[in-house]
Amino acid sequence: MHSRPADPLVVDGLAVRFGRQMALDDLNLGAKPVGLTAVLGPNGAGKTTLIRCCTGLLRPATGAIRVLGKAPGSSSIASRVGFMPQSSGAWSGIKAGELLNYLGGLYAHPLDLRALTDRLGIGEYAATPYRRLSGGQQQTVNLAAALIGRPAIVFLDEPTAGLDPHARRATWHLLRDVRAAGVTIVLTTHAMDEAEALADLIYILDRGRVAISGTVAELTSSGQNLEDVYLAHTRAPVGT
Amino acid sequence: MTALDFTPAAGAAPPVRRIMRHGVLEARLLTRNGEQLLLTLVIPLGILLAGRLVHGRFGPLEVVAPSVLALAAWSTGFTSVAIATAFERRYGVLERLAVTPLGKSGLIAGKSFAIILIMTGQVTILAGVAVALGWRPAFTVLSAAVALLLVIMATATFVCLGLLIAGRLRAEATLGLANLIYLVVLAGGALVVPLERYPAAVRPVIQALPTAALGEGLRAAAIGYALGGPVIVLAVWLPAAAWVARRGFRWTA
Repeated sequence: MHSRPADPLVVDGLAVRFGRQMALDDLNLGAKPVGLTAVLGPNGAGKTTLIRCCTGLLRPATGAIRVLGKAPGSSSIASRVGFMPQSSGAWSGIKAGELLNYLGGLYAHPLDLRALTDRLGIGEYAATPYRRLSGGQQQTVNLAAALIGRPAIVFLDEPTAGLDPHARRATWHLLRDVRAAGVTIVLTTHAMDEAEALADLIYILDRGRVAISGTVAELTSSGQNLEDVYLAHTRAPVGT
Repeated sequence: MTALDFTPAAGAAPPVRRIMRHGVLEARLLTRNGEQLLLTLVIPLGILLAGRLVHGRFGPLEVVAPSVLALAAWSTGFTSVAIATAFERRYGVLERLAVTPLGKSGLIAGKSFAIILIMTGQVTILAGVAVALGWRPAFTVLSAAVALLLVIMATATFVCLGLLIAGRLRAEATLGLANLIYLVVLAGGALVVPLERYPAAVRPVIQALPTAALGEGLRAAAIGYALGGPVIVLAVWLPAAAWVARRGFRWTA
């Protein structure tokens, strides 16, 4: 699956090494404009490392990344990139509404806070300190935080991990609306049904490389379901 | 209800507004944290009151009051910054904010603004209480200027050292180590106990510490003397600490 220079995300020959371990190894990947790209892979396959490189948090040893045509982390695209880290991404003592209000204030044209919290059901716990929120509520706040600046591209690192089925479906619905509004979404997930339901394009990583990529239809054209394709092209994480 | 429009609309708030928002938020979060308040205010106030009531190890109020102001800079600049930043790193706060229009440099500027706000509050309260207890400082224009310079240089040095620990160790390890260093320096860093009260054999070593430079410099400034030695000590420490922090700091856990 080849990306074009005009694509919102172009990753070319990316390599990242942590000590003697290769986290990413000649990784090539791209995201199409106004679509949802899902990155799948076992634990340790390099998904979070990839997201961190794309957001400028990690500098690769070799290779190149272009996000919206610029180098990751450059100030000229900072307001156009949304990010939901895998960890909580919030101070333990901050209130949910306070966090979103603060983050919205960093942007010139943020989403309407009231409308966002109403849509995601955050209003009822907006005055609750973050550490007292349930895991699902924290995930919802984190997702809202990634979207509040009205980004052109958003990176979501396992946005539905730990959510109950109702919350997962609500998140899927939200992501479809975000995509329909013209936002490019790149997300990592372990959930095959999620990738199948949402993704326009899927990359399956294995030990730092793209093992296989394509649309759901392309990946399952041989009659295998997506999970079978995933299992056939990936190895279990080391130590399991 | 306003419609929710996800259509991309790029734009960052003005830099000054971003930095001020961050500084105010960090300062507000600190005031909600009991442990941080203990370090930044309760312990310095306790030493100030103890120094007033008992002329013991800390000496008279003329010595205790500037010493406590030096302690406030140490607790805010080093211990609070180290602990708070370590948990920000662990919780992914640094990761998230680095990818907003605030960015890494704005985050550092915002933290600096938070420290200024906190220290302004600390100095106002501690100096106010000291004056109420009978402290009558005798700053000259020159000694006050040197005192301000020392506070800025020392706090910046402490912040760099705090960030270095926070950026290398796990949050729990940072919590333990930062508190341990705080206590060791409190007792042995010539911060609140004047250098002359330490054994002669260890004085040259202690004198070279940034905490001693701040403590000695402030005590002298409060009685009208502008010392150059502490400025030189900090002029060596500050660039070294900044270089090490810049090299060693990690944004992600």
